[in-house]
Amino acid sequence: MDLQTTIYLVVGLSFSLYIGIAIWARAGSTSEFYAAGGSVPPVMNGMATAADWMSAASFISMAGLISNMGYGGGLFLMGWTGGYVLLAMLLAPYLRKFGKFTVPQFIGDRFYSKTASTVAVLCLLVASLTYIIGQMTGVGVAFSRFLGVSSEVGIYVGMGIVFMYAVFGGMKGITYTQVAQYIVLICAYIIPAVFISISLTGNPLPQLGLGSSLTGTDISLLSKLDSVVTDLGFGKYTTTTAGSTLNMFVYTLSLMIGTAGLPHVIMRFFTVPTVAAARSSAGWALVFIALLYTTAPSVAAMAKLNLHGTVNSAVGIQSSAEGLKVNAEAVKANADPYAEDASLSYEARPDWMKRWEKTGLLKFEDKNGDGRIQYYNDKTKNEVAKGKAEAAGWKGNELTVNADIIVLANPEIALLPNWVIALVAAGGLAAALSTAAGLLMAISSAISHDLVKGIFKPDISEKGELMTGKIAMAVSIVVAGWLGLNPPGFAAGTVALAFGIAASSLFPAIMMGIFSKKMNKEGAIAGMLSGLTVTLFYVFAHKGIFFVKGTEYLDLIGGANSFFTITPEAFGAVGALVNFIVAFAVDKVTKEPPEHIQHMVEAVRVPRGSKAVDGAH
Amino acid sequence: MQYKHDAQGYWKATLALLTKILIIWFLVSFGAGILFADVLNNIKLGGYPLGFWFAQQGSMYIFIALIFYYAKKMGEIDREFDVHED
Repeated sequence: MDLQTTIYLVVGLSFSLYIGIAIWARAGSTSEFYAAGGSVPPVMNGMATAADWMSAASFISMAGLISNMGYGGGLFLMGWTGGYVLLAMLLAPYLRKFGKFTVPQFIGDRFYSKTASTVAVLCLLVASLTYIIGQMTGVGVAFSRFLGVSSEVGIYVGMGIVFMYAVFGGMKGITYTQVAQYIVLICAYIIPAVFISISLTGNPLPQLGLGSSLTGTDISLLSKLDSVVTDLGFGKYTTTTAGSTLNMFVYTLSLMIGTAGLPHVIMRFFTVPTVAAARSSAGWALVFIALLYTTAPSVAAMAKLNLHGTVNSAVGIQSSAEGLKVNAEAVKANADPYAEDASLSYEARPDWMKRWEKTGLLKFEDKNGDGRIQYYNDKTKNEVAKGKAEAAGWKGNELTVNADIIVLANPEIALLPNWVIALVAAGGLAAALSTAAGLLMAISSAISHDLVKGIFKPDISEKGELMTGKIAMAVSIVVAGWLGLNPPGFAAGTVALAFGIAASSLFPAIMMGIFSKKMNKEGAIAGMLSGLTVTLFYVFAHKGIFFVKGTEYLDLIGGANSFFTITPEAFGAVGALVNFIVAFAVDKVTKEPPEHIQHMVEAVRVPRGSKAVDGAH
Repeated sequence: MQYKHDAQGYWKATLALLTKILIIWFLVSFGAGILFADVLNNIKLGGYPLGFWFAQQGSMYIFIALIFYYAKKMGEIDREFDVHED
């Protein structure tokens, strides 16, 4: 069977599985729609949360970015897992005790103000919408490869499917469908990694393989990779930081507190049966997330080695009938990558390159006209590498590989069997669709339930509320898709912006609502608004107003990354700090919250007396 | 066993546990994974430079352990102050 047919088959099978489970699970449990977590064992609930959480950014994009960034890419790993520690300890149990469904509801009640709840809706919308732009970028990549079309067409197809999936799906709420999606997604991620780890190092566990020696040699994989990339003028893989150390620090912190502040993640913990379950289910969710996250660095480093090995024979990775193999002699020989016949001839390029060229995400440009692919860093500050490239007659880097394709192309690069490649396509689609649908749900409930019903038109009919929700979904998909065509960055980078926005606006407000009895509405509202404003101001300066290309205003802030070298993706932590400072300052000069609110905070702090969640205002 | 009915004491015990865990949380990620990564990279864990390992592997394993430790300890504190759910 040829590759394309296999992909259709596996993707088709996985989708019928989700739909089948949805129909089967639905029969008995429609009434328990929201309390689905109540009857599901904590381990399963953890899997479902993991599926919900791991999106196109985690599955498709993250390892590719780590592959590009090297050590610095660890900020995604630490940031997106470390946030769960904060979530489990600082927010989840207390929000569960509070017993409402949505973040704006909590903020509105705790700060006894509809204005506060409206501001929270605003923050939620900005964060979720930015998040969906990142998802659409990832969906576009997945569909473009899957259907063999350009990434623009991929995004249009993705918009249609996400819309149907979200609007017709109560699917999203059914935990067992998500369990199935998790299993497809994690198998799709781990199986190719195991194959590749075995062929490169002989160790079947990718987590250990990354720390092992290349097959038949005593040279460790990471040190070989370090020497290959530095030879070609790139930064050393195991030490290159993401910008300055300060930037990496702040970036990691932004992702952590953003994780704890993102409404669609927090929502999962509102519906667990008890306060104690809220604490441990964050742990189970992290176990299942970490399965993918600890594999990602291996995927990243091994894909990078394989990619360099494919286009440059001096690396010592060669293709064979069973896929890429380590050529121990060549690895030990440390041959010169600048030798005339080391670079791969364009005519002899493998099929996967031809397939990805169609999507426009992989490009070759023969700058020196020798018919071979020279893949190196032509902007290097490494004088040795620069000199060698010039001496070899190289006229600039000739291969551009979009970071977002690394994971999907990874099994193809390693020349793995067709069914593995097809499985990865199915996994990528599952990841992108489930999270996009979850976010759309969060947006539609914020608009129809919290905003329209809660504030502007309390007497709206149930039908009207549902309709408002669907319109909100449709509008967000169109806006996100349109912005996704010219994304502000790679999928994971765009998603990081969304985390920064959540970190700077929602997290501080929720945290102060629990940990500071005296925090009043004036403080919280001023804090949220100033955190959000400062962050958006800095982000829009780099990425354009509402991410519209051509509206950047970098001059106004004195150039790119002008605030202590901090990049816009990392700025959320600074925004959060501003939020806290402004909130406490305003709180000092305005009057204390009423007595009953202070009692409410005391009650939220103890587990006893937790009751089933009701969605009422 | 004598129960302590003491909301302030319960909150103090909770905050003490949180502080302890947050210190470890900070040390393994921001400490070992970022600030001291360069120094730790001189030590090798198999083929891994240690600072790199903390940033891309170790911190995540420790995070998981921290959450389960927290859940267990909080359960104990809940019972000690008699505020647990039934």
